[in-house]
Amino acid sequence: MTELSAGARYEALYTRIQEIVARLETGDLPLEESLTLYEEGVAVAAACQQLLDEAALRVQRLQGGLLIEE
Amino acid sequence: MQILTVTELTTYLREMIDADEIARDVWVEGEVSNFNRHSSGHCYFTLKEGETQLGAACWRSYVARISSMPANGAAILAHGRVAFYEGRGQLQLIVDDIRPAGIGLLQAQFERLKARLEAEGLFDPSRKRALPMLPRRIGVATSPTSAALQDILHILGRRYPLAEVIIAPCQVQGAGSADSVVEALYLLYEADVDVIIVARGGGSAEDLWTFNEESVARAVFASPVPVVSGVGHETDTTMIDYVADLRAPTPSAAAEMVTPDRAELSEVLEYLRERLDQAMTTCLVNAQSDVQALRRRLDMRSPVARIGRDRQFLDELVRRSEVRIGHQIVLEQARLSGIQAQLAALSPKAILDRGYAVVRQPDGRVVTQPAQVASGEVLVVTVRGGNIPVRVE
Repeated sequence: MTELSAGARYEALYTRIQEIVARLETGDLPLEESLTLYEEGVAVAAACQQLLDEAALRVQRLQGGLLIEE
Repeated sequence: MQILTVTELTTYLREMIDADEIARDVWVEGEVSNFNRHSSGHCYFTLKEGETQLGAACWRSYVARISSMPANGAAILAHGRVAFYEGRGQLQLIVDDIRPAGIGLLQAQFERLKARLEAEGLFDPSRKRALPMLPRRIGVATSPTSAALQDILHILGRRYPLAEVIIAPCQVQGAGSADSVVEALYLLYEADVDVIIVARGGGSAEDLWTFNEESVARAVFASPVPVVSGVGHETDTTMIDYVADLRAPTPSAAAEMVTPDRAELSEVLEYLRERLDQAMTTCLVNAQSDVQALRRRLDMRSPVARIGRDRQFLDELVRRSEVRIGHQIVLEQARLSGIQAQLAALSPKAILDRGYAVVRQPDGRVVTQPAQVASGEVLVVTVRGGNIPVRVE
């Protein structure tokens, strides 16, 4: 797989937003870094939500050793 | 060739039969005849199949455990061991369990297989794996034309459309179905899936039998990823339900179990967003109070404060100087008055006032010796009232 699936992208973004929240919540970052993280967090959360809203189930079928799109 | 006594031969036969694997643990299907419940509580009957027959005995202790003893003519499945009854030189089935034949046979096979697989550890709760939280690829082994598949796809699409679904089509009932399901499973094991659903819609016990087959159970056991079984309806239990990592009551329920719900994920995201905002607000409030604290410290050290303090000091100096100078002026004035009084006392005018006179030559020199003047010289005499010109005799 060359391009990441929607699920893999969601998983990566979801992991990232959790990291960001945890990092910000420690509260020991310089303000500038906090702001950068916050902005990233907002963007990541929006991207997650967008993936959830726009995803369409991809269905494939195994046939004769090949994957055929349904 | 040996010559044996009757006892020797019957003992030999008994030992041979006792040692036989099949004879000591066997299910026998046949029709009951000559059923006789003895006063001792033991039951005796004959199992027939066409012209062949076999004597059977069921001891009292087993009779008590068997839910219903068969009547003559009933087709049954009897479990027990074959024993050689030396007293009569006959073989007998010593029965310890009786089931109705037909589905009873399948059921009996099922239970024996279940006991065997359980003993082998295929149902071991400790090897049940947790399902992935966010499955990327979901494998579905089922009939490609079934309503069960449509139900599954519908639910997966509604709950978690981020996933990819790989369908491994297979035949789920009839001859060859077990092999077909096994093949579909092994194809999925090569298809890089996170979790597998094995599904079949509802049907009769015979219809669902494929999922009781040992080969299918072992294929499920061999799965490298968690397997959820969703076969039949809630009340049906198949062998793979015991082997699977999770048993779902129906195909739809299996689809729900393997996926998170999109709506719940949105709520979790919302919650993370709130925590993000909260954390940022805290950061800002902290930064603000840091700045305020610094500002206070800075103010304390600022030149403005210093100038203020210096100004106050200067004002104090000025005030003190003014007080000092005021005193000095008063003192100087007093001294001046004294000097003026003294001056006044010493003034020649005061002497003239007392009646004395000053005699001066015309050039202003005061005459203090008679020899200073010559006869006929004009002098000036000053008295209080003014000057008098005089001539020396």
